[in-house]
Amino acid sequence: MRLLTHNMLACNIKGVTKGYPLKIEATKTEEKETDFNAGFLRHIYPKLDWKALREAAASLGLEELPEQVEPSQLEDEDFLRRFHHVLLEIHLEEGALVCPETGRRFPVSKGIPNMLLNEDEV
Amino acid sequence: MATRPEQLAPPEVFYNDTEARKYTTSSRMVEIQANLTERALELLNLPEDGEPKLLLDLGCGSGLSGESLTECGHHWLGMDISEAMLDVACEREVEGDVMLSDIGQGLPLRTGVFDGAISISAIQWLCNADKTANDPRQRLKAFFQTLYRSLARGARAVLQFYPDGPKQVEMISSAAMRVGFSGGLVVDFPHSTRAKKYFLVLMAGPPSVNSTLPKAKGVDGGSESNEDDVSEDDEGATVEFADRQRHAKRRRKDGKRGKGRSWILNKKRQQREKGVEVPADTKYTGRKRKARF
Ligand SMILES: C[S@@+](CC[C@H](N)C(=O)[O-])C[C@H]1O[C@@H](n2cnc3c(N)ncnc32)[C@H](O)[C@@H]1O
Repeated sequence: MRLLTHNMLACNIKGVTKGYPLKIEATKTEEKETDFNAGFLRHIYPKLDWKALREAAASLGLEELPEQVEPSQLEDEDFLRRFHHVLLEIHLEEGALVCPETGRRFPVSKGIPNMLLNEDEV
Repeated sequence: MATRPEQLAPPEVFYNDTEARKYTTSSRMVEIQANLTERALELLNLPEDGEPKLLLDLGCGSGLSGESLTECGHHWLGMDISEAMLDVACEREVEGDVMLSDIGQGLPLRTGVFDGAISISAIQWLCNADKTANDPRQRLKAFFQTLYRSLARGARAVLQFYPDGPKQVEMISSAAMRVGFSGGLVVDFPHSTRAKKYFLVLMAGPPSVNSTLPKAKGVDGGSESNEDDVSEDDEGATVEFADRQRHAKRRRKDGKRGKGRSWILNKKRQQREKGVEVPADTKYTGRKRKARF
């Protein structure tokens, strides 16, 4: 699972209102190279929760992303490459995603988060 | 008549290791899922700006449908309730991210972020009550509500499914309507028992210029199916939920699939000339995936 996906996931346990962003507990991450596409980065940027992405990157010990992104940076290849790397090339392989409100852990194994809810959570 | 798998066992039980493997080793199955996905993508009617989009694949299974999304350059997030199917997806190193999730429990996603969603041969499973705790209506509602929310305004969801009869079609489409989706049902090959395919085409958000109903193939200037004897009228392509049976759109098409390498190369050149950034042409461009794994 990449940080792109992490950025889109929220805890949907019944009654939870502040289930975003999920905290990352990583025991194993992997780097996988993928094609760079500036168009996609510019397209997805406004939809991202930048703060959540920054924090996720920090929690994995990745290179720091700026707090704010200036429009000019989205034209800067150097920045876009760093953004690309954090968003699309780092995979959480083993660990867990933790709901910030309830503390419920969603295990991640072989790169697959288990988001199944128990009956009493639906 | 053969028993429907939906009646045999819940999906997470039915799609076990054996079934998951059977699924991806059958070249016929691979071909069918690829065709269905291509048609779904067409109906999704994404903007033709040459830019990759972020899509959902609901009931992604072993990733056959997702691979067609990757071929078109899109990023995707797949959800499935069967661990065995997802394991196969990982073994096959699909490009999308996949997660274990029961779409009948609602999608654990943020609001307004996805550019589109597809689902290939999965949502009929929601109509089964395998456990007493499973109320199909409630599960359909949770599914559609959260799907609607996760989509960007104006985005579409195209859900291909195998209903077991008109009642199921009604149950599924009315559940979709009730949460605010507009759209309708597109039925391909309505007169063939085997080839007949149901696509629920849904639009999130108020109708806009972009919500013109699904166009038939070849209207976007592609040369591919102009020669087809398709009797098309754009209006008939989407069927109002209320009287969809009566006016079901009839389509015919030939057996060809995919647009082919030359079509893609040409499209990419056009985009490049317009100054749009597109991936470089390589030997992989427009390559057909081999039907073996
Ligand atoms: C016929 S397979 C299609 C898989 C994939 N879309 C493809 O084209 O190869 C249907 C899939 O739907 C999944 N499914 C059924 N019910 C589901 C549910 N409630 N939530 C998530 N996935 C489900 C099954 O596990 C199975 O993998």
